[in-house]
Amino acid sequence: MQSVIFESMKEQAKMLQDKKISCVELTKAYLDNIKSQDEVIGAYLHVAEESAIASANRVDEKRRKGEALHPLSGLPMAIKDNICTKGMPTTCASKMLEGYQSPFDATVVKLLKEADAVVLGKVNMDEFAMGASTENSYYKKTRNPVDTDRVPGGSSGGSAAAVAAHMATYTLGSDTGGSVRQPASFCGVVGLKPTYGRISRSGLIAFASSLDQIGPLGRSVEDVAAVYKMLAKHDEMDSTSGPDEALSIDALLGKSVKGMRVALPTAFFSEGIQIEVKEAVLHAAKVFESMGAIVEEVSLKAIDAALPAYYLISSAEASSNLARFDGVKYGYRTDDFQSIEELYKRTRGEGFGREVKRRILLGTYALSSGYYDAYYQKALKIRTMILREYTQLFERYDFVLSPVAPSTAFKFGEHGKSPVEMYLGDIYTVPVNIAGLPGLSINCGFDQNHMPIGLQLIGKAHDEATLLSAGFAFEQTKKLWRVER
Amino acid sequence: MSYECVIGLEVHVELNTKSKIFCSCSTEFGGAPNTHVCPVCLGLPGALPVLNKEVVSSAIKAGLALNCSITEKGRQDRKNYFYPDLPKAYQISQNELPIALGGYMNIETALGNRQVGITRVHIEEDAGKLIHEASGGTLIDYNRGGVPLIEIVSEPDMRSAEEVKAYLQKLRATMLYLDISSCKMNEGAFRCDVNLSVRKKGSQTLGTRTEMKNLNSFAFIMKAIESEKERQIAVIEGGGEVVQETRRWDAQKNQSFAMRSKEDAHDYRYFPDPDLMPIVIKSQEIQAIKDKLPQLPEDYRVLFSQQYGIKGDISEQLVKDKAIADYFSKAASMTKTPEIFANLLIMEVSKFLDTGSENVVIPIKHEHFAALVNLVGERKISTNIAKKVLSSMWQTTESPQKILDDKNWWPIVDREVLLVLGREILKKTPQIASDYRAGKKQALGAFMGQMMKATEGKADPSIAEEIFTTQLIHEI
Repeated sequence: MQSVIFESMKEQAKMLQDKKISCVELTKAYLDNIKSQDEVIGAYLHVAEESAIASANRVDEKRRKGEALHPLSGLPMAIKDNICTKGMPTTCASKMLEGYQSPFDATVVKLLKEADAVVLGKVNMDEFAMGASTENSYYKKTRNPVDTDRVPGGSSGGSAAAVAAHMATYTLGSDTGGSVRQPASFCGVVGLKPTYGRISRSGLIAFASSLDQIGPLGRSVEDVAAVYKMLAKHDEMDSTSGPDEALSIDALLGKSVKGMRVALPTAFFSEGIQIEVKEAVLHAAKVFESMGAIVEEVSLKAIDAALPAYYLISSAEASSNLARFDGVKYGYRTDDFQSIEELYKRTRGEGFGREVKRRILLGTYALSSGYYDAYYQKALKIRTMILREYTQLFERYDFVLSPVAPSTAFKFGEHGKSPVEMYLGDIYTVPVNIAGLPGLSINCGFDQNHMPIGLQLIGKAHDEATLLSAGFAFEQTKKLWRVER
Repeated sequence: MSYECVIGLEVHVELNTKSKIFCSCSTEFGGAPNTHVCPVCLGLPGALPVLNKEVVSSAIKAGLALNCSITEKGRQDRKNYFYPDLPKAYQISQNELPIALGGYMNIETALGNRQVGITRVHIEEDAGKLIHEASGGTLIDYNRGGVPLIEIVSEPDMRSAEEVKAYLQKLRATMLYLDISSCKMNEGAFRCDVNLSVRKKGSQTLGTRTEMKNLNSFAFIMKAIESEKERQIAVIEGGGEVVQETRRWDAQKNQSFAMRSKEDAHDYRYFPDPDLMPIVIKSQEIQAIKDKLPQLPEDYRVLFSQQYGIKGDISEQLVKDKAIADYFSKAASMTKTPEIFANLLIMEVSKFLDTGSENVVIPIKHEHFAALVNLVGERKISTNIAKKVLSSMWQTTESPQKILDDKNWWPIVDREVLLVLGREILKKTPQIASDYRAGKKQALGAFMGQMMKATEGKADPSIAEEIFTTQLIHEI
């Protein structure tokens, strides 16, 4: 029965429907795997064994009674720890929120519960989603299941590792500058960052509100598409929420890429990129050509300014979003204070980690009077330029092909010394958040250390369907091109 | 050398929407602490604001009533600062693109008319309330957190405490007529910060200003202005310089105290709130609100002046309360002397009205009041008797004539009766006559006083006067 965790999501769903396995059995299989593996991997911050089994029992009960069930009902999954869940801690992997329990469920969690998903627990991340290796978690390291000496990527490192190590059928992550796509790439799984506003942010603890977007991670494009469809619903609780997703999974998976126009930005392959990553992505472009797509090289000039603009905008917003963690109402509070100022200073000095403090300082500076125009305002102008450039590009192309990250998963501590070095790893993913576009990360090969390489498909706003179709078509060729190589 | 003060005001008006600005919690005043709260107004991690559209309509109404132009695209900004009453450590307000800009309001005082410029009207959320315990601790009640406010900023166009009072009364009345706020000052629904500087009369340059906070009654505002004006003049006369700072009015000590100087002022790091979309206001929407605006205090004032010739500062008193203004509008045409009506209404009726309450009701029938006014106008009764009749009319539904009959309050107009009484008075106090003849005209007043005393105020004053000056003075 343990082997069921290696089955595809679709197969697991079918086994449940056909009553070849009960939901409790499936859930226990995952819990057992977590027990045996997570000691090493460290994906989970909280395993909700009791409530998972209770939900599984409810699903079995409903099925016994012949009640109508959602196609994804009963599938055991895990949630990034910056998404609010009633009855479980939500810590953002920060000392600041140690033991914090949200009194409300995020909208995505409500949708998951409506669909009778089984929530196995909460998974690790970089503190407040700031980082690209999950090394910034206050609680623990998460190891890359492909090579445990390496990081799983971040900030949704726990989400990617849990999927890669079969400790959840699928997981939810959040992506502010690549935090779903890059760990998916590092761990060799699939991750989707939907269009900004597609999935409600209500209950997602904000890092940078204008960039944050929840996204699913799974083992295949088909899995990710199904989870995405379940969650992409308009939400009255989020003013930036977009329209419902209306796509039909069957229709999009059957769609050919023949005649699709694909843009390959040359700027993405110029410098600082690991040679094997470059080769694998260029090979993927060839694969698309072989399937009948028209691939053309294009220039994307504004991209050069994307990284500094991203770090200014995201840090500015974070400095304001994280100001509420002041020790007054909830979360960590310093033991020793004489005045309200001291309470604030010590609580925040002790409760936040280095990277979070660095970004708060940067963002506060960028918004300060006298610097606002030079930094924050200028970053907004770059944002407009990038958006305009993508808009023009999408007048001629169906999607953009690029690497997810300049390298494959690195070893622990490798980028620990210079934060800028770590930031450079976000170069291909942040423009997508700045422009609010959807991006899909799928595996397109391995480097000589057998570490997975990620391919990024970037689409028009609200055109996840094209990305998922193209991603699915590419995935189907995998066996073929592996042999070819 | 004389000084004048230059005053601009920032007024915060709590709107009377049922729910808060960004969530569905009740805005009701006075609930048990922290019972009207939810994750949104508590600023809990992950909670997002969703704008209550009624707040925008209310702000548009206020903007239009204050002759402002309404923005087509508004924006909400975060004003960042740490304070325990602010659960998110930022207040959602408007910085660059407020709902309304560039208007004015006319005010009339005894000194004449003045147009006060309105800089802007913007929407924002209120903060919670800190309750400092005698034991030293501080408790926080977030019920008020997230209650919608509009902030109305005036130009520095006022020159005296009287003008400030007139401005605030007119502004408060305008908000009440629009029915967008309870404006109850004791509940903090109408609050005012005063920016004040002084300069030598005739000077065109502005002096250094201070901002005074914590002014929650008209009386405190008046006192604070006088006190601050004198403080600043004393500083300048003493060879010093006024420091730009925020001061807090202490009502108990009748004095203001420095809170923080310009150097300590917050850098609010305003930036557009990424959780909220731009506020798009279509011109049709503005027009629709404009078409439905009620008659405003200024409309009534103009009407009272044009139709009934009521003086500006008297009109301002009439329009302070919509019930009074409506009452006057309806009954004024029934009287022959609207001015007497206005004075009686203001002086006497105001006494009976709790102007702070929402439902002012004048129980007197319009035709009864008008009839009373006409009796005064025709000099059939004195103002003093009219006041007594008014008090009775407040209690009963009788006509003034009936009250005068029943209470036997009709003036004594019988010349012979008054003549007899007059002779007796002058017999008892011959001093009155000798003083009068010696040229002391105030002796007439003494006579009239005695006469009124003798008749319980019922003597017809004009007849009594006539008797004294034309007959009695020559008899004795």
